[in-house]
Amino acid sequence: MNLDFLYWAAAGGLGLAVLAGPLGSLMVWQRLAYFGDTLAHGALLGVALGLWLRIGGGTAVLVTCLGLAILLLILERSRILAADTLLGILSHSALALGLVALALIPGARVNMEALLFGDLLTITPMEVAAIWALTAVALAVLGGLWTALISITVQEDLARVEGVRVGAIKAVYKLLLAAVVATGMKAVGVLLITALLIIPAASARRLARTPEGMAAVASALAALAVLSGLAASWWLDTPVGPSIVVVAAGLFALSLAVRPA
Amino acid sequence: MSVAAPLIALRGVSKHFERHRVLDRVDLEIPAGRILTLIGPSGCGKTTLVRIALGLLHPDAGTVTRAAGLRIGYMPQKLAIDPTLPLSVGRFLQLAERDRAKCQAALAETGIPDLWGRPVSALSGGETQRMLLARALLRRPDLLVLDEPVQGVDVTGQEALYALIGDLRQRLGCAILMVSHDLHLVMAATDEVICLNGHICCHGTPRQVSLDPAFVALFGQRQALYAHHHDHNHDDHHHHDHG
Repeated sequence: MNLDFLYWAAAGGLGLAVLAGPLGSLMVWQRLAYFGDTLAHGALLGVALGLWLRIGGGTAVLVTCLGLAILLLILERSRILAADTLLGILSHSALALGLVALALIPGARVNMEALLFGDLLTITPMEVAAIWALTAVALAVLGGLWTALISITVQEDLARVEGVRVGAIKAVYKLLLAAVVATGMKAVGVLLITALLIIPAASARRLARTPEGMAAVASALAALAVLSGLAASWWLDTPVGPSIVVVAAGLFALSLAVRPA
Repeated sequence: MSVAAPLIALRGVSKHFERHRVLDRVDLEIPAGRILTLIGPSGCGKTTLVRIALGLLHPDAGTVTRAAGLRIGYMPQKLAIDPTLPLSVGRFLQLAERDRAKCQAALAETGIPDLWGRPVSALSGGETQRMLLARALLRRPDLLVLDEPVQGVDVTGQEALYALIGDLRQRLGCAILMVSHDLHLVMAATDEVICLNGHICCHGTPRQVSLDPAFVALFGQRQALYAHHHDHNHDDHHHHDHG
């Protein structure tokens, strides 16, 4: 029996897991879970746009997520509404709009379950390559900006007075997040991608004493969740995306038993 | 110590939030080497004025001029680190300066040399303020900007912190711009006081300000009398309870 599809699934999932550690830790520290959800819901709209304009699904989703991130950055700066309210409006509007648009496109046959909850087992070698390319680029960018990102997380005004280019760095981080959400959607779907980013990071808190330590532990936990989720899916015939998230949640519950480092 | 060239000069600075006018044509000069305290009731625009001086906020009208190459050390009012972020005191300082020896020297300078490995979340109010002060010193500042530097510190700790701030000015020769909501706390530690309530009500030495009718109108007789009293007996305020 040819198990290649399983290896590709593992390779793609691990690429996301490695990146989920540092990126998810920053999300947890900066309380951006809701921001991630909004981007993910927007990805569904991207799928609809891709079908409507007859362009490649991946490209359309990526462009939509990046566009949504830029829109959020602009709206946040203009302070029209509280950021939380704004995200609530955009998040669910994007989700609803995406679902309506998909229903309206004539002849569109989409696997809604795959979009919402992921379909890691049908990932193509090209998609795996795209994930690892993104992971490499994103890790390099995060590495270069790491101290500045931590400094902004700790005290934004202080970072600004010390000469950190706060606005630009926050924008880069949020665009990276958008790219990861758009790419990671394949693995766990729009409803669960934030979970893959947030839960391992939250679980790593008690196991680390430094920001970098927490990011590294989070990556390891995410990788464990991906591999265990795949195994569970294989043996128990459960859906892959939800299985990964269930394992991640189980690891989080276990982490609560650890005495804080 | 040149009187001619202020480190920062604000001219005619105004700022609105929504339709509320927070600052109305404020002129302010921060001279080198002196301790200047901004005082006023909460909501009077102190923090807004400081943020404009720092360049964190743009005024709606007026100009802000900073001396060329001015190095500012800033101690913000709040440090709200998410509890999920594991961060030690040493690492907090190294966000501003990689050189570990320099960071340790700054901790020694502010009187907490042994706290290098302590998690920031486990610090007391006074230790947190000293750590923030140490980070501000890492910049080798010409000007220290301290926003409510004794916030969350008990009374004994407050006096010790003000003593430290006065001491640092002596040793480093930097100017200090301080924000406080309470005059009697800063009486001994400041050269000049500016009383702010949207505009500058009065300014001068702490004693001049405490007797100024505009200050009395703003703060009531209590602080003014207090200051007057303080003027005659420097030790007495340890035993009085004015609350």
